[in-house]
Amino acid sequence: MLDGREVVAALKQSGVTHVVWIPDSELGTWERALLAEPSIRLIRVCREGEAIAVAGGLLLGGAHPLVVIQCTGLFEAGDALRNLVHDLKLPLFFVIGVRSLLAYRRGPTADSCPSFTQPILHAWNLPYTFVEDSQGAGALAAAYRKARAEGQAAAVLLPE
Amino acid sequence: MPMSHQEALQVLAAHRGNHIVITTMTSVGLWPSLSDTPLDFAYFPSTMGGAPSLGLGLALAQPERGVIVVNGDGCMLMNLGSLATIAAHPANLYLLIIDNGLYEVTGGQPTAGAECVDFTGLASAAGIERVYVFDDLAAWKAGAGEALTGPGPVVAVLRVEGRLGQKTPRPPRPMAEQLNRLGHALEVSV
Repeated sequence: MLDGREVVAALKQSGVTHVVWIPDSELGTWERALLAEPSIRLIRVCREGEAIAVAGGLLLGGAHPLVVIQCTGLFEAGDALRNLVHDLKLPLFFVIGVRSLLAYRRGPTADSCPSFTQPILHAWNLPYTFVEDSQGAGALAAAYRKARAEGQAAAVLLPE
Repeated sequence: MPMSHQEALQVLAAHRGNHIVITTMTSVGLWPSLSDTPLDFAYFPSTMGGAPSLGLGLALAQPERGVIVVNGDGCMLMNLGSLATIAAHPANLYLLIIDNGLYEVTGGQPTAGAECVDFTGLASAAGIERVYVFDDLAAWKAGAGEALTGPGPVVAVLRVEGRLGQKTPRPPRPMAEQLNRLGHALEVSV
C-alpha cells in the first residue's frame, strides 16, 4: 500500500481540500497522515453512496474532494455514482482499494472482489487507472491532476 | 390536522432567506411556483436518499451560506446513516423531513415504519442537537423562523397530509442549466 504521508503530501500539492471516505484496512493506514494535514479535511461517512453525494455537494460548492473507498463500497454505491457522475456530470475522483487483487494476480482466490471491480467500472462508464505500490503516491496525484484538468470523473485503483 | 405539503412549503418560502434550497421528489413539483431563483436546486433526478448528503457537502464548502434540504420521509429512510454524518460534521444544514408516511411519487404506498418512525428521535440519537417536530400549520408558522436560523445542523419534521395518485414531478429546467445557475450564484465553476 502507498505510504500515507506521501499520499497526503501529494494530495496537498494537488490542491485536494477534502477526503470523503470509508476506509478499509489498507486505506485506513492513511488516517493519521490525513488528520495531521490541516489543509485537507477528512469527512467520515456511513456508506459509500453517501460519500459520493457529499463529494458532489463539496464540488458544487467550490471544493476539491476525493472519494476514498474500497471496491466493496463501489459495488454498493452504484446509484450514487450513476447520478452524480452521469446525471449531474460532476468530475468526481475516486481512489478505490481493490481487495484481494494481489492474491488474484497470483492465482485463484475465494474473494470475488477482483473479478467484479473492473467490469463494474466499465458498466458505470468510469475511466480508471491502476496505481501500483512501486509507482508511488506521485502517480496517484498525477492521475487526479489529469482528471481535474480535463474536467472528467475518473478513478485510481489500488491493488490490495 | 396535518398541513398540506403546499402549505408547508409556503411557510418555508417565507422564511428561507438567502439559504440555498434543495428540493426532492414531490417538493420538486411544488417549489418552483413559490420560489425559482438560482439558489433553488431541484435535485431531480437524484440518487436515492442522497439529498441530505449533497446538501451537507454544499454546506461544508460554503460555510457562510445556509443550505436547506427538503427531503421526503421515504428518502430519509434510505439514508439514515446521513444523520450520523451530519452530526459528525457540523455545518449550516437545515434538513426538513416532509413526513406523510407514503412514497407519494410512486402512487402512495406506505413507507416501512410509516406512522411509527421518530425521525427527530433518530436525529437526536445520532448527535444532532437542534431538532423540531411541527404537527400542524400553526406550529410550523410559529416555529419556522427559529428552526431556519442560527447554527446548524437542524432537523425539522413537518407532518403533512399524504396524497394519492401523484405524478412523478418534473424539475423546472434541465440539470445542466440548474447547475450553471447555482454555480453563477455561488461564483463557483465546476
